[in-house]
Amino acid sequence: MHANEPDGKVLVAIYRKMALIKHSDDRVIGAMKAGRMQMPYYSARGQECIPSAISVLLDDDDYLVTIYRGVHDMLAKGLPAKLLWAELAGKATGSCKGKGGPMHLTYPSKGCMVTTGIVGASLPIACGLALAAQLRGETRVTIANFGDGASNIGAFHESLNLASVWKLPVVFVCQNNRYAEHTAYAKGTSCERIVDRATGYAMPGVRIDGNDPRAVYRAAQTAIARARAGDGPTLIEAMTFRFNGHLIGDMGEYIPKPDYAAAVAADPYPRFRQQLLDEGHATTAELDAIDAAVRQEIDDAEAFAMSSPPPDAREVARDVYAHDIA
Amino acid sequence: MSTTPKTQANLLQSLNQALHDAMEDDPAVIVFGEDIADPEGGGIVKLTQGLSTKFGARVRSTPISEMAFVGAAVGAAVAGFKPVVEIMLMNFTAVCMDQITNHAAKLRFMSGGQTHVPMVIRTMTGSGMQNGGQHSDFLEAWFCHTPGIKVVMPSNPVDGYGLLRSAIDDPDPVLFIEHLPSYWAPGAAPERGSRIPIGKARVHRAGTDVTVIGYSRSMHDIAPVAGKLAADGIECEVIDLRTVSPLDMGTVLTSVKKTGRAVVVHEAVKSFGVGAEVSSRIHESLFRELKAPVERVASADSPVPYAPPLEAAFLYRHADIEAAIRKTLA
Repeated sequence: MHANEPDGKVLVAIYRKMALIKHSDDRVIGAMKAGRMQMPYYSARGQECIPSAISVLLDDDDYLVTIYRGVHDMLAKGLPAKLLWAELAGKATGSCKGKGGPMHLTYPSKGCMVTTGIVGASLPIACGLALAAQLRGETRVTIANFGDGASNIGAFHESLNLASVWKLPVVFVCQNNRYAEHTAYAKGTSCERIVDRATGYAMPGVRIDGNDPRAVYRAAQTAIARARAGDGPTLIEAMTFRFNGHLIGDMGEYIPKPDYAAAVAADPYPRFRQQLLDEGHATTAELDAIDAAVRQEIDDAEAFAMSSPPPDAREVARDVYAHDIA
Repeated sequence: MSTTPKTQANLLQSLNQALHDAMEDDPAVIVFGEDIADPEGGGIVKLTQGLSTKFGARVRSTPISEMAFVGAAVGAAVAGFKPVVEIMLMNFTAVCMDQITNHAAKLRFMSGGQTHVPMVIRTMTGSGMQNGGQHSDFLEAWFCHTPGIKVVMPSNPVDGYGLLRSAIDDPDPVLFIEHLPSYWAPGAAPERGSRIPIGKARVHRAGTDVTVIGYSRSMHDIAPVAGKLAADGIECEVIDLRTVSPLDMGTVLTSVKKTGRAVVVHEAVKSFGVGAEVSSRIHESLFRELKAPVERVASADSPVPYAPPLEAAFLYRHADIEAAIRKTLA
């Protein structure tokens, strides 16, 4: 299959998603530092390019599964910022009525099916969503996001094997940010590249610069086309870095300072902005307008979250089962 | 499938029939698990025999990957299917607990009701076949301790059919625990399409002196003891819980209110078990009306042993049930 290059319009659409993720993340951390919000927040700042470039290739009814570091995946796929912010704030108006929080974001009407707080658990569930599409004869694809740390848990291996044996329409996206919680990649991973593991499961594996929107787009397009055609799964390893440690409050002492500085210097957001300007896909005024619109969207989302009521205590008894518990 | 209604069936046949009928009635029902398709023998005890031949791609043998295929059932259920997965033996739930307790049981709640997981996990277990410590345990209490999942444990072919049909219809995840050694015990044949409601116990035998509560395997042991005691003038009211989570305390309390005495019997180990929960709830509701403390009869707090004399020593004896009943009457 010959990959197409994204045109200027697509590149700008990717930029808009990256801007939304970046500005939302900056503002969440700002609200936490100011004491306006409190939560276990696993920032994905630095990884925003990956879901932004993949999601422009997806339809609303394509499925997405992600993990606790998955706010970027959900925003890119279409979880409205207002519902995200209200959920983070633990409000009744949140996407999950304040019952899930940042680790369990869900919004099925845009295909945001499951966010799990358990490392590796996104992959088996993605296999099932993909199986559903396969049994129904649909062309919809399932994207399974996870980190490099998850490639060392059994669920990763079982799922790649099952998806390959059953030729499931799933794309496994490993967002390799080089740290499994606080442990550096090489200390916990036997192989040099996670994508090498694809060979053992007889599926294509492609490693890309996850901070390069074009590279992500090309790899995702090939993998998605393969899945839609019924040819089975692909493992994508997108190299990236997380700027805010494992969890807000983690000072990142275990990251060598030069490595951290180099990663931040290669921040994909300003780099891609400059690239769009240099290549003439957009003007400064156009990108500024996008940023301003995104900032307004976040303003509105924060105001909505802050002014929303907390959940009713009776919600504890609801949604445990289809019927309320006594 | 035979069109002539049978009058007799064993549990194996009735569950096989329930799966056939459910797949025929509802195209959303899919079935998978290890060795369950016909080319692999239709299941280790042939419980799923005939399904793959009849329903094709909706029935699949899986790799030995419980985490992957139980997780896949969760995903397919979230996408609108009604998967019935077989975890061959109950001890193997230990390798996929994450998908059962962190995902199947919790997605409805954590998503604020946006998703739900209408799946059934069928599994078989039971001591007495020299299968040793990792192939015999009754682990129902683990799952009863997890809100969001229901736990069903039939004791006979009619209940087995009706409860499995109800479990498949249910909008929430159901763990369906089958007692392997009694698969071949004959019983009455179920009626096609019949349902037994989940969460409803059944009074198996009416009596006035003491309430004896069991489920699954223990029902086979309680019945003869109750018969023997009746000859001595002791009338047991025997209740088959059928569903252990949620518990039908209404039926239990109505009976204990009448008898003032209760004994709970199960094959699972005694400590922290379903018997403790039932006993505690009876005490909480009827302390002042009880004529004796509630008794529990269960297996020893040890792994299931291999050698037949040890296996017998692990399990309660009929004499233990009788002694517990007599103790409440002393």
